[in-house]
Amino acid sequence: MDWGNILELSLRELIGVQAIVFALAAIGINVQFGYTGLLNFGQAAFAAVGGYGIAVIVTTYDMSFWLGLVVGIVGAIVLALLLGIPTLRLRADYLAIVTIAASEIVRLVGRSAWGRDVFGGSDGITGFSSAFYDLNPFTEPFEFGPFQFRERVLWVLVVGWVLVAVCTLVVWLLMRSPWGRVLKGIREDEDAVRSLGKNVYAYKMQSLVLGGVIGALAGMVYSLFQGAMQPDVYATNFTFFAYAILILGGAATVFGPVLGAAIVWFAFQFIDLALRGAIRQDYIPSWFMDANDTGAVRFMLTGIVLVLLLVFRPQGILGDRREIALDAR
Amino acid sequence: MPDDNLSLTAKREAAVAALADVPREPGAKKPDPILVADDVKRHFGGLLAVDVDHVEVQRGAITALIGPNGAGKTTFFNLLTGFDRANSGSWTFNGRSLHGTPPFKVARAGMVRTFQLTKALSKLTVIENMRLGATGQRGESFWRAMLPFTWRGQEDAITERAEELLARFKLDTKRDDFAGSLSGGQRKLLEMARALMVGPELVMLDEPMAGVNPALTQSLLQHVANLREQGMTVLFIEHDMDMVRDIADWVVVMGQGRILAEGPPETVMSDHKVIDAYLGAHHDQSLAELEEQLETGTLAEEVAAELGQAPAEAVPVEHTGETKDGR
Ligand SMILES: Nc1ncnc2c1ncn2[C@@H]1O[C@H](COP(=O)(O)OP(=O)(O)OP(=O)(O)O)[C@@H](O)[C@H]1O
Ligand SMILES: [Mg+2]
Repeated sequence: MDWGNILELSLRELIGVQAIVFALAAIGINVQFGYTGLLNFGQAAFAAVGGYGIAVIVTTYDMSFWLGLVVGIVGAIVLALLLGIPTLRLRADYLAIVTIAASEIVRLVGRSAWGRDVFGGSDGITGFSSAFYDLNPFTEPFEFGPFQFRERVLWVLVVGWVLVAVCTLVVWLLMRSPWGRVLKGIREDEDAVRSLGKNVYAYKMQSLVLGGVIGALAGMVYSLFQGAMQPDVYATNFTFFAYAILILGGAATVFGPVLGAAIVWFAFQFIDLALRGAIRQDYIPSWFMDANDTGAVRFMLTGIVLVLLLVFRPQGILGDRREIALDAR
Repeated sequence: MPDDNLSLTAKREAAVAALADVPREPGAKKPDPILVADDVKRHFGGLLAVDVDHVEVQRGAITALIGPNGAGKTTFFNLLTGFDRANSGSWTFNGRSLHGTPPFKVARAGMVRTFQLTKALSKLTVIENMRLGATGQRGESFWRAMLPFTWRGQEDAITERAEELLARFKLDTKRDDFAGSLSGGQRKLLEMARALMVGPELVMLDEPMAGVNPALTQSLLQHVANLREQGMTVLFIEHDMDMVRDIADWVVVMGQGRILAEGPPETVMSDHKVIDAYLGAHHDQSLAELEEQLETGTLAEEVAAELGQAPAEAVPVEHTGETKDGR
């Protein structure tokens, strides 16, 4: 087994586009769930709206890429308002139900036959990313030790990590401000916060919108990288994967989502390659599993790791143990 | 210090004097009411939990709201502060109607309440709990929150005020602990201190003494009495009659949703309606008498006599059960 190669390919995933996309999605969920206690189970819908914003504007309507960006973000804001206005006055579970339904509605409308002219049906939309790659300042592949990145990938990675950095910075600034304090108060007990003269509804809405817009950025990065906007990428497991990453890294911590995303994608790749290597070398007998099973097995192993984590480190990698201890009181 | 004490009594005397000519009857008109409620009703299914015809709360005084469990006191608080919706009725605070006003606007108007079941924000530190109470914070707007220089100065001032209050409530040593790590009584204190951070005109306390140890009760009484000195009006719910007697200028008695009686503490506590509501069987005795009996032990004897054989019969049954289980 070529461990050097396995490690190299795994480290590529550590900083790869998938890690960026899920880091962004999880940062958004962190604002909503980690800090405010809002259960948004429809982060996939926000990502899809971001992706469709660019794809529909550029390919379907043949308009500018920049307008597409604006439409994607405004679309996420509108979606947050639509979901939030009826539910944020109610108990927390209503938002959860409505968002999970909305997430499927967005996906099913996107892949529907009658919307094919606009959204491209289940095949999705392609041909909207050239404006983005035209901006690419890199003209040559980038080499760094054993790593080599083609200029296209490099451009996505740079833009993606800049976005992650900016979002993390914004969250860091906000959560050490009085605004963030109100959100955390709402998470703990919204009636107490109301009794202190804060408009809880408005703060929840701001949190939902902010998290949703960051989710839309995730969808934009992914569809630009793929050069295609495919609705089925944004099924509900997209959301739950982002939640798993957030909980692994540590909810209500600034760097938790980023760390969680990097670790998960590294581990995915590493497990997959190591298993394949072991099967090829007959370390693992073929009656037990073959190379086609590795995809499923890595999910199982990830699940086991998550369970172990929740047992031994419920606060996540970066979380504060003392906070969890409080729940037991 | 002597000056302080003088003004202390002066404020109390002023409050008592203002209420001197108020008739001792439910719904009595006050000379300078800060809060006026009319025909407030709240049904829970078939139960009429609150049915208040008319009640006024005198500005600058400490008013106690007492009544047996389930009398509707907390529900009445919830209605007044917008946490629950009345089926009918109207009420004004400082002459301004607050009917249908959401809780946060009620608080901003200057009417701040605490909760019977304490609501400490567990995963915030004590000092953050306190800071959250301050109103008009620039850093609470989304855009300015990201520019710390716009709110730093204000935050420092808020922190200073919070620390003063914490010291007064003997919580300064807990400053950086999570509120969730406080004891029940300390949480009560924190909640009260936090409510004061809002800078209220009317403080509404739902059982501030519940769960606070007797040693602290005295200092807490002092805090509540001090609120009046600082020009605030206090309306509090309490079951502890000593507290009511010690600091209340006026007492309102609720029973089954209605206002049963009103008056200064001494008058109200000898009112037969109040004693009926509270004690049922011993309606022909005043509270003071009951207390005397309690102290001399005669009441305990009476109770023991009334209960008679019951415990003597129950004990052996339990006992045999236990031995069977144990062996
Ligand atoms: N949300 C609710 N749903 C149904 N019934 C309620 C509700 N809230 C209160 N009640 C009923 O209304 C009545 C008054 O309750 P409330 O909590 O106001 O009493 P209280 O005077 O505060 O009593 P305590 O001194 O025990 O705190 C009770 O009979 C209670 O069962
Ligand atoms: Mg009550």
